[in-house]
Amino acid sequence: MLICSILLAVCCVLFMTLESRGNWDFVLWFRGRKLAALLLVGAAVSTATLLFQTISRNHILTPSIMGFDALFTLIVTLAVFTIGAAGYNHLPPELVFFVNLFLLIGAALLLFGTLLGQHRVDLMRMVLTGIIFGVLFRSLTSFVFRMIDPSEFATIQVSSYARFNYIELNLLWLAAGLTLLTLVLCWRMRRQLDVLSLGFEIATNLGEPVARRQKHALVLVAVLVAVSTALVGPVAFLGLLVVSIARLIAPNETHAVLIPLSALIAGIVLVGGQTILERVLGMSTPLAVVIDFVGGFVFLALLLRRGWT
Amino acid sequence: MIVVENLSYSVASAQILTDVSVTLPKGGITALIGPNGAGKSSLFSHIARLLPMQSGRITVDGMDVAPSNRQELARKLAILPQQAHFATRLTVKELVQFGRYPHCQGRLRTEDHEMVEASLHAFGLMPLAGRFLDTLSGGQRHKAHVAMTYAQDTDYLLLDEPLNNLDIAASRALMALLRRLADEEGKTIVIVLHDINFAAQYADHLVVLKDGRIEREGKPADMVTGALLADVFRTDAQVAVVGDTPFVMP
Repeated sequence: MLICSILLAVCCVLFMTLESRGNWDFVLWFRGRKLAALLLVGAAVSTATLLFQTISRNHILTPSIMGFDALFTLIVTLAVFTIGAAGYNHLPPELVFFVNLFLLIGAALLLFGTLLGQHRVDLMRMVLTGIIFGVLFRSLTSFVFRMIDPSEFATIQVSSYARFNYIELNLLWLAAGLTLLTLVLCWRMRRQLDVLSLGFEIATNLGEPVARRQKHALVLVAVLVAVSTALVGPVAFLGLLVVSIARLIAPNETHAVLIPLSALIAGIVLVGGQTILERVLGMSTPLAVVIDFVGGFVFLALLLRRGWT
Repeated sequence: MIVVENLSYSVASAQILTDVSVTLPKGGITALIGPNGAGKSSLFSHIARLLPMQSGRITVDGMDVAPSNRQELARKLAILPQQAHFATRLTVKELVQFGRYPHCQGRLRTEDHEMVEASLHAFGLMPLAGRFLDTLSGGQRHKAHVAMTYAQDTDYLLLDEPLNNLDIAASRALMALLRRLADEEGKTIVIVLHDINFAAQYADHLVVLKDGRIEREGKPADMVTGALLADVFRTDAQVAVVGDTPFVMP
């Protein structure tokens, strides 16, 4: 944990200072906001993934594999389609964000709440349902794309691809507040989450209201996914990548260790990766592509190692 | 004392339990037996609050088995479900520590640590305390689970078919241990069993279920007879008496 903190600090310092010529006020302000957004997204994605894995009691699933952020993009697309790009861009972004958030929470509870509510969660059914939902949401989105005006399409495009260079800064304060609040709630839930990971029967035996806790956690996951998707767009495999690394190096698998550790690792991956891309590779590849590429391999490795042994 | 009143339970159109009323005495070992599909596990799950109650009422020492009493019930009644599978890697000690959760909500105090140590000692798990559960044999893992429910320090202990997948030595060791808990520590043990011989040998009280109803109940010596096997299990096995314990010839 200490080593990870130091590494993250080094990454942050490098990110802030490398090749920074000229006006420090501008550099600090410009890069500082970006750094804050990266750290927020890292913590939000890693915690959302961890919580989702705990309530589904599975180390392979993530909110994005289950179609959470595809759902978010679909909601944005439908909004633009129904009220038009002009109207959409005219709306205060905070309002759009909150409407999106509530729709996402509602949909998540509806779709995944019922699935998790069953006493024995069937892994295969979960994965299949998630994949089908994900494909459904993405196809609906691209279906709407085809019917939409090209200029309106550009509005949506901004929100449907992961972007770490251009970050919606007008949402940053709102997102920061919301993420920190949610993270505090997750942290206070850490002992209950430990018990939930033991499964329905044992958690019930220990006096936990399992179904209610799962719904709480699902709401927190929806908020975190909404925040990170609104800020930088969907990043498919980041959560899986960092939570798997955290589990590998963690001394024990309690949430008191895993929540901060995976957030730290997410920070290292995002800030470090962005620094290397900006300063060394000269912006040649988007960070999301690299993360998804590496994360895809981790996902395959986990499937092959754990799934069928 | 666990009192079940007018409990009925159905899934889709299948009636699993029909108007079951039974009183399980406090102290000693009570075994629930019956043929496959008789509703043993459903009855167990209702007492253990693993299934939502459709109709009827269950009380443990007068306390209603209802969602509002969740925390208090967890300090009064511990359940051991059929082999649980964990997604997380846990050591034996970490598992046993979870047994203290109803008492301390995860913040272990000195007395909780003492109870965990005592439990590890009682089950001879001290040498395995730091081992991960997935590196243990089936019997050892089982013991760790029982140790967790022991650390929960409840008056009642409910076990659902705990002898599944255990060999004869591990089965006898577990039953002897339950016997000791009942005799020396005054715990009440309710156990779902498939093997009538184990029930006859170790239990004080038998409750026989058939087709979702209580068929009969009483002392093993009076209950386990050729008539019971013919009526309830529909098999004409011989029953011998060894010492004063009935023994079903397989």
